[in-house]
Amino acid sequence: MRYTRRMTLTVTNLGCTRGGLCVLDGVSFVVKPGQILVLQGPNGIGKTTLLRTIAGLQPPQSGQIAAPADSIAYAAHADGIKPTLTVGENLTFWAAIFGTQNISPALAAIQLTALRSRPATSLSAGQKRRLGLARLLVTGRPIWLMDEPTVSLDTASTALFIAMIASHLGQGGSALIASHIHLGLAAATYLNLTPYANHIAPQPSPFDGVTA
Amino acid sequence: MISLLMRDITLAMRAGGGFGLGLAFFLLVAVLVPLGVGPDPITLAKIAPGILWVGALLACLLSLDRLFALDAEDGSLDLLATAPVPLEAVVVIKSLAHWLVTGLPLTVIAPALGLLLNLPTSGYPWLVAAFGLGTPALSVIGAFGAALTVGLKRGGLLLSLLVLPLYVPTLIFGAEVIRRGALGLDATTPLLFLAGITLGSTALLPIASAAAIRVNLR
Repeated sequence: MRYTRRMTLTVTNLGCTRGGLCVLDGVSFVVKPGQILVLQGPNGIGKTTLLRTIAGLQPPQSGQIAAPADSIAYAAHADGIKPTLTVGENLTFWAAIFGTQNISPALAAIQLTALRSRPATSLSAGQKRRLGLARLLVTGRPIWLMDEPTVSLDTASTALFIAMIASHLGQGGSALIASHIHLGLAAATYLNLTPYANHIAPQPSPFDGVTA
Repeated sequence: MISLLMRDITLAMRAGGGFGLGLAFFLLVAVLVPLGVGPDPITLAKIAPGILWVGALLACLLSLDRLFALDAEDGSLDLLATAPVPLEAVVVIKSLAHWLVTGLPLTVIAPALGLLLNLPTSGYPWLVAAFGLGTPALSVIGAFGAALTVGLKRGGLLLSLLVLPLYVPTLIFGAEVIRRGALGLDATTPLLFLAGITLGSTALLPIASAAAIRVNLR
């Protein structure tokens, strides 16, 4: 399967806020089909905030995000897995929501076929993460936003993940990945967010110095 | 959309899903009140409409904090908000699923509990009609409260304080339908009011709920 539409994600001069505080400012990049961009930076720099802004969960403070409609699939820290549903039921639900039908290729790609009828509560942390990654496959969307996708994956699963990304890129998809470790992805370009961090000191709170 | 409805119902039915919690609570209220008030049939018949509706209200309230909070905790709500389904529809479907696993069972069991409370025979059709028309409003209004408190951990207290005042019109008109029905009077007017509350809140509140969720997800 190839993605039928060629989709480019363009971010121009983006500023985003977390908890009312501007954390990033002036971020610009382009992710074309077949490309992968890894966002790097220390904890708290705003990697998750940037991804959530691009995913449309919060409005940008400034700047523009240009991507075709219905082209972005977002994978958060939390995988959205219901523990009382089976692996197959969890994935079938997301496939139905995104209007795709067949979940078998996704399960096979991430080697969860054998666990299909097991309740998700009995999965290990790494298996849950793999199920979360399989969800991206059933969305059928070309631009993937991934927040720390390799957390709790072992070496073998990380290799599976890299193979899955490679196949995604080969089909004309693209990915934007937030990670604080080097993923070892051959095709990746890296963007360090540190220069874009907002250095304006936080405004003093009216409650500073107030003691109970 | 159907898949979301089926998922919510399945989740409610499976272990720890909370199906039966409200029903059991409703049952307990209706069984304990005659024991507490005393076996005088006239007193019981007089308070039956009020007790049934208060029981239904509180039973409904019990399961409300799970409506969006569970989805918010495991990340499903973020993913649903970025999925190709309008958040308003998600709210409507989740309210419908909530009604199917709380309001509908309450409606079905209410006549049996009316018997325990010595409700006069002429009141039963009105009892079922009032519950059938009134309990959907409880789910829709409750979903609004749940959406407002979705970002809060243990927001149950705030949720109750927000939602209970909004439940008062349903309580008043719902109990009035049964009271008039039990006395053999015409109960069409309060029943129409009750239907109006349900229809109005179903039309307007999902939009407000979706807006509240969007703000809370930021």
